[in-house]
Amino acid sequence: MKLNSEDNILMEKVLPPDEQEIDVELEAKEKKYLRGGAVNLESLKDKKLKTKVASREKFFGKSAKTAAKIEKWLLPNKGGGLETDGLEKTWHIDQLKISKEVDILSSRKLYDVVLPDLGPYKLDFSASGRHMVLGGRKGHIALLDMMDLKLIKEIQVRETVRDVAFLHNDQLFAAAQKKYAYIYGRDGTEVHCLKERGPVARLRFLKNHLLLASVNKIGQLHYQDLTHGEMVASFRTGKGRTDVMEVNPYNGVVALGHSGGTVTMWKPTSQVPLVQLHCHPGPVSSVAFHPNGHLMATSGKERKVKIWDLRKFGEVKTIDGFHAKTLSFSQKGLLAAGTGSFVQVLSDSSGDSSHKYTRYMNHSMVKGYQIEKLMFRPYEDVLGIGHSMGWSSILIPGSGEPNFDSWVANPFETSKQRREKEVHMLLDKLPPETIMLDPSQIGAMRPSRRKEKPTRGEIEAEKEVAIEAAKSIELKNKTKGRNKPSKRTKKKKEMVENAKRTFPEQEHNKAVKKRRIGEDAAAELPTSLKRFARKK
Amino acid sequence: MKVKVISRSVDEFTRERSQDLQRVFHNFDPSLRPMEKAVEYKRALNAAKLDKIHAKPFMHAMDGHRDGISCMAKNPNYLKDIFSGSMDGDIRLWDLATRRTVCEFPGHQGAVRGLTVSTDGNVLVSCGTDCTVRLWNVPRPSLQDFNISSENSIEPSAVYVWKNAFWGVDHQYGGELFATAGAQLDIWNHNRSQPVQSLQWGTDSVISVRFNPGEPDLLATSASDRSITIYDLRMSSAAKKIIMMTKTNSIAWNPMEPMNLTAANEDGSCYSFDGRKLDEAKCVHKDHVSAVMDIDYSPTGREFITGSYDRSVRIFPYNGGHSREIYHTKRMQRVFCVKYSCDATYVISGSDDTNVRLWKSKASEQLGVLLPREQRKHEYDESVKNRYKHLPEVKRIVRHKHVPKPIFKAIGIIRAKNDSKRRKDARRKAHSAPGTVITVPLRKRRIIKEVE
Repeated sequence: MKLNSEDNILMEKVLPPDEQEIDVELEAKEKKYLRGGAVNLESLKDKKLKTKVASREKFFGKSAKTAAKIEKWLLPNKGGGLETDGLEKTWHIDQLKISKEVDILSSRKLYDVVLPDLGPYKLDFSASGRHMVLGGRKGHIALLDMMDLKLIKEIQVRETVRDVAFLHNDQLFAAAQKKYAYIYGRDGTEVHCLKERGPVARLRFLKNHLLLASVNKIGQLHYQDLTHGEMVASFRTGKGRTDVMEVNPYNGVVALGHSGGTVTMWKPTSQVPLVQLHCHPGPVSSVAFHPNGHLMATSGKERKVKIWDLRKFGEVKTIDGFHAKTLSFSQKGLLAAGTGSFVQVLSDSSGDSSHKYTRYMNHSMVKGYQIEKLMFRPYEDVLGIGHSMGWSSILIPGSGEPNFDSWVANPFETSKQRREKEVHMLLDKLPPETIMLDPSQIGAMRPSRRKEKPTRGEIEAEKEVAIEAAKSIELKNKTKGRNKPSKRTKKKKEMVENAKRTFPEQEHNKAVKKRRIGEDAAAELPTSLKRFARKK
Repeated sequence: MKVKVISRSVDEFTRERSQDLQRVFHNFDPSLRPMEKAVEYKRALNAAKLDKIHAKPFMHAMDGHRDGISCMAKNPNYLKDIFSGSMDGDIRLWDLATRRTVCEFPGHQGAVRGLTVSTDGNVLVSCGTDCTVRLWNVPRPSLQDFNISSENSIEPSAVYVWKNAFWGVDHQYGGELFATAGAQLDIWNHNRSQPVQSLQWGTDSVISVRFNPGEPDLLATSASDRSITIYDLRMSSAAKKIIMMTKTNSIAWNPMEPMNLTAANEDGSCYSFDGRKLDEAKCVHKDHVSAVMDIDYSPTGREFITGSYDRSVRIFPYNGGHSREIYHTKRMQRVFCVKYSCDATYVISGSDDTNVRLWKSKASEQLGVLLPREQRKHEYDESVKNRYKHLPEVKRIVRHKHVPKPIFKAIGIIRAKNDSKRRKDARRKAHSAPGTVITVPLRKRRIIKEVE
């Protein structure tokens, strides 16, 4: 046995360099699947619990390792990407060049559809990226199958359409029209008229909660449960009219951008916003969320795009001199910003947590086109652009998730699978209370509010350290006469005393002293007054 | 310049022929599944609710005896067999698959008090209040006479008459001996008409006897002097004895940890002991509101079943203080005997209302052959339920059990009594000098003394 294990160790030691590289790579991947750090076993006092937790941790580690290996070796597709050689920059490569390089199937995804009369167009993709719904301002609503580029249904509602959004699958979609929002079926029939919410400006669907969130023209936020039609919540935002609304896919929190420059975040169970973030001095024109939920991009009318870290609510990056009418994050974290007839795509070039978003690709459309909405197509390297003259689709290599999961979103879904999925969606429908800023809190313990008192030993040790630090401070040389050694030692002593004074141990001493004084006083009292003294 | 974009041809991702299975792709990336904890919690909640909806444990009431069932025995060699003896002297062999009587064993004049089957499954030993021990050859059902009529009766292969009435019998594991409980403990051999050995400690009669599954010469008895005694047949004298505050009605050894035994007590609790250290119970299993009449361990050793005078059957985890499940019906009267089936899937109870009842051991378990997909679903549900069992809503649903009104009321009374006693004790302790009032833990409280 012993020999064997030694052999193993030797074997590990002489791993060829490329295998070592693979090991490092796998370890980096494992981190993602571990979903946070392990439990600190040292702090557990209960032995039984410790063994239990230890075995669970081992199990988690194993499963993370397996998942990392699967990701490394078994996933069918590798992601897209754009590599340049030499001094060539990625943002100099235009769509024409790309379409020449890629395969025929992909090059078909680059097109412009010109519909000059009914624009500007809003668009939305279904969760699997298979279907797209388009809503023209002048009442043109169209449902398309993006895989075989087929028009499924188009209708003309003959009134203003402000926004369109898919509901839980491609069978239903909602449109915000002049007076009310409507729900339409796949065949274009009107299923519902949502009168309660008034003239809706923006519509967003929360997939896990099956809630339709909307903000109307007078700045009211509504949440409606689409499984039974109940209005879950309606709030007055109190910040005026807005048409900037986005859902954080990570936690289901709805963000609204206001004309005062603030971004507010809402959940259906609280009347007041969870967060009010002052992002811009002027009006906020667009908000977008990274799919991992930690990054938010906002753009203001003062020609700035800002990227925020939502864990610390701090600014990570500002991009100056660029006004974005619409922003969109892709599944792999690329950020697209559109204004006028110009689209810029930024990518996180650092790859780690520093979020160095820099230029990745540019795309200029025909002069005069006004971009209305950008949206990356899920599971594809495609950016959909809705503009005043129809809609376009361009190729952005490396934007989409290359491997879909059949149980999450399947672009090749059959009708039977879709029906089964619908049932599962209903079973897994989350109650509105699960919308919170940190969704991992569910099932976790609330940390105790009370601060633990430091023990005496700890206080002593801290005190020692502070005194040592005070002693080791080098005093500056003063002007002549003030630099006497006696003064210097006095000063040093003072500093040490100050360091000592900051610790609560002194209070304890004081209390003891006080009592002693009382006791002594009792001894000094005249006999007639002694009976009033505190008894021992 | 190198460009690569995602491109999926439909042929690669869909099936070729209509007979093929649909292709399924996985990507375990956590960012594709937002709010996975909330979803898991919801699934745990659903699983707990579904469990309660599907909880239909009662399978069948096997009717045939003319008087209350007093004892049962399972055939260790034959999964479907269960023997039951009644108060009128009737013994029946039931087939659990068809839920019918296979044959009858008439002969006892008074109540049958004990039944046991030898380890090879060929000999049935019965004893009763008519002072006789009867040995029967167990009929082997062949494929031809599968549909045998229920009125098949069998003659005993031996009848041994002895001096006193019997209260119980148990067969040695893998040996030739069996022990009867009566005025004293008698050890018998199959071929001898008189006991080979008689053991007694004190003058009180022995109520129940159980051989140890691991050590064939070790046996535990309980007697009407409220004692639990462990005998070693090789020493021809008792090894250990404790006296408790109330009588123990039945004993069961844990088949997987054969040093541990659990005693079904008259006070409504069961006490798990380490056989080597009887002065303190390892665990007290409380929940019954009346005397526990019989106890039997699951072959897995992780659970045991108890039948009680309060007309209910409960299933306890071997190391848990409270029951996992309570089974009751409107028609079931006081339960005198219970058995866990040899595959741990069913439990059988015999009660005063002349019926032998068959229950599932897991109330909501899906029986029959499961598809691998179903199996996986059940496993997943079980694990998420386990993961979120501490959350209040899941806990409430899992813990909820409907109990009959009399038991519910009795539980309330017992709880009020215990609470007031606890309060009183706490006050007494608080107002006494420190150290004068010693709280004895519940595990020791009901044990009076240990006798060597």
